[in-house]
Amino acid sequence: MNPVRKRRLYLAVFLLVAVSGTTAALMVALEQNINMFYPPDQVVSGEAPVARQIRAGGMVAEGSVVRIPDSLQVEFVLTDYNGADFTVRYEGILPDLFREGQGILVQGQLQADGTFAAHEVLAKHDENYMPPELVHMAETSSPGGSQ
Amino acid sequence: MGALKEFWHKLGSPRWFFQISSGWVTGFGWAAGLLIATGVVWGLGFAPEDYQQGNSVRIMYVHVPAAMVSQSVYMGMGVAGLVLFVWKMKLADVAIAACLPFGMVLTALALFSGGVWGKPTWGTWWDWDARTVSTLVLLFLFIGIYALREAIEDEEIRGRASALVAMVGTINIPIIKYSVEWWNTLHQSASFTLTEKPAMPPEMYLPLLVMVLGMYCFAGHNILSRMRLEVLRRERRTQWVRTMFTEDNAV
Repeated sequence: MNPVRKRRLYLAVFLLVAVSGTTAALMVALEQNINMFYPPDQVVSGEAPVARQIRAGGMVAEGSVVRIPDSLQVEFVLTDYNGADFTVRYEGILPDLFREGQGILVQGQLQADGTFAAHEVLAKHDENYMPPELVHMAETSSPGGSQ
Repeated sequence: MGALKEFWHKLGSPRWFFQISSGWVTGFGWAAGLLIATGVVWGLGFAPEDYQQGNSVRIMYVHVPAAMVSQSVYMGMGVAGLVLFVWKMKLADVAIAACLPFGMVLTALALFSGGVWGKPTWGTWWDWDARTVSTLVLLFLFIGIYALREAIEDEEIRGRASALVAMVGTINIPIIKYSVEWWNTLHQSASFTLTEKPAMPPEMYLPLLVMVLGMYCFAGHNILSRMRLEVLRRERRTQWVRTMFTEDNAV
């Protein structure tokens, strides 16, 4: 390779490495802001700020959904199935995918008593896709059931 | 190695590229038409619905190919940028110009189809998570380089400026890819990985595979066609283009 091209190639590589490095440093520094939500353990441990607009996420705990009759108010527990869970209060229409065992994101404010007052609930879909018949088969064949 | 080197040197000749690419355009065109037609009928008509999403799972057959191919087109443009920057190969400049419109439209399609899927599934059209934002950055990169090229008249400076941005912008591609693993996101993680079996049954991923292949062929067809047109425009005063248009006036 002739020296001029070689120099330009080094320059290109240097540029790429430098910009990658800067980007990586920025992303590490801003990690908390890029993360979309606080998982249950951070909500429980107090890492998530109280009385500030935040998002939190977790799985809806089985049997925890309580609907207040004659209103749109609903209460449920978000858990990571690992010991950390917190109660969410919400008033409004829940997304179609909302159900027990489903991953959910809530936006709102963490209260001083450890409960979460949500004004928006989003369903997080996981990467698993299945036709309904397969789900049925999985449920009948394994006593634990599918997710 | 020798054949590769020869190919490399031949790429420097626009005339050679124009002659050899004629067959590729036809081949990619037919393959794209066939694959996309098969994939659309298979995916939209025959593939099963999902146990949670119902029929909106079918948006995947448009969304995934659009997102994948738009990122690949950007990577291709980044490589063309490096070739243009280091070797000053004219054809690389033509390639960058040809990748822009196709990549732009596909990225927009990926974002739009994602929103249409997100509304019934997540409960929102759009949210600021790492995957959606990095894809939006990809769209802005395509638009930005396009605008940059429109703004600079001098061919040499235009080429070098767009090559630099295209090259540096490739950093965004691994960010898009790994955004769902590095951070908490609303967007789900990948259903397909090299190490694990797909998180969906074959009757769902086979039509998806057909659509992805079809979209790649469409990209090949579209980008090569644009490149050929641009080569003709740039070489319009040369002998080989003149004789081509005078000898047989059929064109």
